[in-house]
Amino acid sequence: MKLSTKLLLTFFVLVVYALHQDFWNWTKAEPLVFGFLPIGLAYHAGYSVLAAITMAVLVKFAWPKHLEDVQPEPGTENKPTDNSH
Amino acid sequence: MIPVVVILVYLAVIAIIGGVAYRRAKSNTEDFFLAGRGVGSTVFFLSLFATNMTAFAILGSSGQAYRQGIGIYGLMASSSGLVIPLTIFLIGTRLWAIGKRFGHQTQVAFFRDRWECSGIGTVIFALCAAMLVPYMIISIMGGGTVLAHISTAAGGGQPLIPYWLGCAIVAVVVTVGVFLGGMRGTVWVNILQTTLFLLFGAVAVWVISRHLSISDLISKLAGDPKTSALVTREKMPERFFWSYSLIPLSSIMFPHMAIMCFSARKVTAFKRTVVLYPLAIMMIWLPCVFLGVLGFAALGKVSDPDGILLLMLEQYAPAWLAGILGAGIISAVMGSDAHQVLALSTMFTKDIYQHYGGAKKFGEKGAVLFARIFIVIVTIGAFLVALELKDKQGIFEIAVRYAFSGFAAMAPVMVAALFWKRSTKWGALASTLFVGATLIIFGAMQGSPTPPPAAKPAVGATTNAAPTLTATNTAAALASITATNKPSATNAPAAAAPKPKVIWQIGEGKGAIQVISLAPNGDVRFLGFMTVVPMVFGSALCMILFSLLTRPPSEKTIEKYFPKT
Repeated sequence: MKLSTKLLLTFFVLVVYALHQDFWNWTKAEPLVFGFLPIGLAYHAGYSVLAAITMAVLVKFAWPKHLEDVQPEPGTENKPTDNSH
Repeated sequence: MIPVVVILVYLAVIAIIGGVAYRRAKSNTEDFFLAGRGVGSTVFFLSLFATNMTAFAILGSSGQAYRQGIGIYGLMASSSGLVIPLTIFLIGTRLWAIGKRFGHQTQVAFFRDRWECSGIGTVIFALCAAMLVPYMIISIMGGGTVLAHISTAAGGGQPLIPYWLGCAIVAVVVTVGVFLGGMRGTVWVNILQTTLFLLFGAVAVWVISRHLSISDLISKLAGDPKTSALVTREKMPERFFWSYSLIPLSSIMFPHMAIMCFSARKVTAFKRTVVLYPLAIMMIWLPCVFLGVLGFAALGKVSDPDGILLLMLEQYAPAWLAGILGAGIISAVMGSDAHQVLALSTMFTKDIYQHYGGAKKFGEKGAVLFARIFIVIVTIGAFLVALELKDKQGIFEIAVRYAFSGFAAMAPVMVAALFWKRSTKWGALASTLFVGATLIIFGAMQGSPTPPPAAKPAVGATTNAAPTLTATNTAAALASITATNKPSATNAPAAAAPKPKVIWQIGEGKGAIQVISLAPNGDVRFLGFMTVVPMVFGSALCMILFSLLTRPPSEKTIEKYFPKT
């Protein structure tokens, strides 16, 4: 992955994380979205959808494809690792 | 009667699944603990989700929303919807790959190999086990309480399933399921559990909303200054709200979650999981939080807010829906408990028994036998503790909520192991000791909850007698993490929260900085933040400083985990 893509995705994730702290909705109850959902609750429901979109973007552009080829090292399958260092 | 039928059906299903899984089992630990690393994509998502969801997601969330309003969703659900999938994406996939390459089945096995240490691995094991055990005990306590609660007739009286029998049912079902089926049986049961979970919320809102004018009720709450706090976050401190977003870092560090990551057949199984995870959380939490708030508007003051959803269903839904709810709650309790028992068994077998010579003496068959015996012993032990210390449940609840901060503070250790070549075993030891020490210190400073001032019910509410549900798995434990009070008996959300008690402040008057204080629920606050904040950053600092001051692992080990491509 290019460095610019990496930086862009990192920035994107940080912005999404920051959007969780919606101080502008803190004391507001209205408008009621769909007539019954207080704005603070509707915002965070939307945030959950945004989180799913964020993960879809990461899967699309930052998926660790190299891990798909991982194979067991010879002699390690189903055997406890010798950790008696 | 319905809950009893549900339990019998559930028992039968568990027994059948355990039996089928037992017949397909091979006599080796990889098969018993990780289902042979063969869990497919859909089952992996459903199972990983069930592993992390407890009865709190249904009962606790609505109870907390009843007390504190809609802010609970942003506090606990939407932040988890981002942070948990992120950690699964970044850490879970790497853990899976390392497990596949080198045969590791636990986090500690990886740490030992990665940092060439045995004793330090044992220290990490001890801390993780100590933080997991109370969680497991409280699961059984919660199961007993929930079963007693839902088997009590609407008018009160003796429960059909008393507390001790409820605990016994949970312990027996979990033991049978895990003993026979291991990880394979557990994940198969999770399919049923998660499906029940995901369907419940939407169905409950649909059924209840047919009997209520929900727009009018919410508008009334918003329009009344005494209750408007329920539909805003005006009583929730911003620092607290932010610091809670670090708590979901604990998820991937819980042994049962990390071990689940080893069980996937392919790394691509993580793709669907991380995208669907936030939506699945929303499907459960959004209806439950909304119904909790709606419950206050519709029913007014109740003696037990954690039972608000049950009361709403009693009033507005047919018995079959209450039965499904019962099934959902029971399966949630047992599902997460099964993973905790299995994780403890995996850790003891792999990190202690096999590591200290059992593997050479008794081989793989002996290890599986050891694991099964351990499962029986640990559940009997937890059952006895649940009976003996029923009245001291609060101690376990405090232990569990500190465990969430503790596991979150161990995240820097995992990140360093996976991504920082220069990290060392001494850095890991320093972080672990720091986490252990802060847990003890903050635990010792923990205060008692301050009773809230009495408040009147709102929106012309009436008082409803409800059976007392003192704890629902981690419900009460997590509930009391929240900033404002978690009153014990009558709960009125619009009540003004008592002020924090200052333990240490710098300066006087208006310019004084409150360094350490106690929140109204007795929890320690550091500069107004939850203790998880200094714990996570302190742990990361320890890891960095002590790693830079000490010798890195050998070139051979670094090359093993960070191959040059």
